[in-house]
Amino acid sequence: MTEQPVGILALQGDFALHAAALVRQGEAYLYVRRPGELAACRGLVIPGGESTTMTRLLDIVGLRQPILDFAAAGKPILGTCAGLIMLATRVDEDERRHGVKPLGLLDVLVRRNGYGRQVDSFVDEVAVAGRTETMQGVFIRAPRILEVGPGVEVVATWRGETVGVRRGNVTGLAFHPEAGEGGAWHL
Amino acid sequence: MQTPWTDQKIQERMRLKVGLAEMLKGGVIMDVTNAEQAKIAEEAGAVAVMALERIPADIRRDGGIARMSQPAMIKQIQDTVSIPVMAKCRIGHFAEAQILEALGVDFIDESEVLTPADEKNHVDKWAFKVPFVCGCRDLGEALRRIGEGAAMIRTKGEAGSGNIVEAVRHMRQVQEGIRRLTVLREDELMHEAKELGAPYHIVLEVAKTGKLPVPNFAAGGVATPADASLMMQLGAETVFVGSGIFKSKDPKPRAEAIVQAVTFYQDPVKLLEISMHLGEPMSGLDIATMPEDQKMAGRGW
Repeated sequence: MTEQPVGILALQGDFALHAAALVRQGEAYLYVRRPGELAACRGLVIPGGESTTMTRLLDIVGLRQPILDFAAAGKPILGTCAGLIMLATRVDEDERRHGVKPLGLLDVLVRRNGYGRQVDSFVDEVAVAGRTETMQGVFIRAPRILEVGPGVEVVATWRGETVGVRRGNVTGLAFHPEAGEGGAWHL
Repeated sequence: MQTPWTDQKIQERMRLKVGLAEMLKGGVIMDVTNAEQAKIAEEAGAVAVMALERIPADIRRDGGIARMSQPAMIKQIQDTVSIPVMAKCRIGHFAEAQILEALGVDFIDESEVLTPADEKNHVDKWAFKVPFVCGCRDLGEALRRIGEGAAMIRTKGEAGSGNIVEAVRHMRQVQEGIRRLTVLREDELMHEAKELGAPYHIVLEVAKTGKLPVPNFAAGGVATPADASLMMQLGAETVFVGSGIFKSKDPKPRAEAIVQAVTFYQDPVKLLEISMHLGEPMSGLDIATMPEDQKMAGRGW
């Protein structure tokens, strides 16, 4: 039996960069725009993009519940940037006003564009738990993790600040490993 | 001496600029003229808004000199929405661009929709921290803009016309130019670069990869979900909608429909469902009978 592909939520965002990163790792991928496509995958990547747009499209295509079931079944999920926002349990009061409705799979409080506007975007080295070498982190209008709930482990830090979290099979990163040099994050 | 292509700092910055363009893929960027429209656009699922005082259809109607929008009006839109805010500067008007950068806009469109400020030179976009998008009609124009540091390319189309024919022409020209490069012999590429009026090293890169080094979006004349799907099927990665939304009879459902059309551009059944029960689109203009001096696409060099 051939191994199942990794799904990439392709409603909007940098799904093409994630596809290229998976190909570099020798992984097969499948763009997911419908519940049936998700069912064929062994894991799911929620890419960067705009969380307001993703929220709208997620509900229109009816993928919210299937993704929650996918997570409950223990399958790995990785969210980067807007993907992290979509995984969070809590977004700033201010963000809810803009219509972001996250999936609530990772108990963190996030603030959208928490590092500022595009002119404040940056590239810097990120320390990764369990690795001796740092990796390049690309922060583009990145969300900021303000609070980490109980049971959520920190998997990446930048200047001592939490920029990556995990709980069981669900991982969220504030930056884009897929946009960095040789960047990859194994599901 | 360092060039923009060998300077590590500039290239790192470029990674961030192109990165933001990547994040906008599969989305719709909407022209808005006030905070209320910006809110409607955000709620409809726009990935970004273009803040401008008059949409192209009105610039066309009013005539006169079209300049950068009032900063106070752009600021108001920045304070209203959480998605990226773009704004336009005149072709070659680097001082307008500097002001927009100081204002913290997320992307600058060096746009033919405004009256050009320089008849030869475009803005040196490497000098900025903020990313730029530029319009093009063919591959040579696209590669010149990329050579100047543009982080995103879009078709010019014919803004404010509600007529997709020019955007289709420009997208096909770019794609045809790219395909041609991929089949030429390597010893023919210098001559091709000369014919295109494009930087040789970028011509080499495109010949090798078969695609532009920056995202390629569609703009100019998109009025319906079908128009958006057409441009995506022709190779666009995102769609700008200018007058098409807020010049239509009922902007909100139209905005929502075009957002969905870009995600499901390959699915006719879904497109049918999306297109059902939409009100009247904006009325359009025939490009063939449009006087030459009223065409915006010819601006830029």
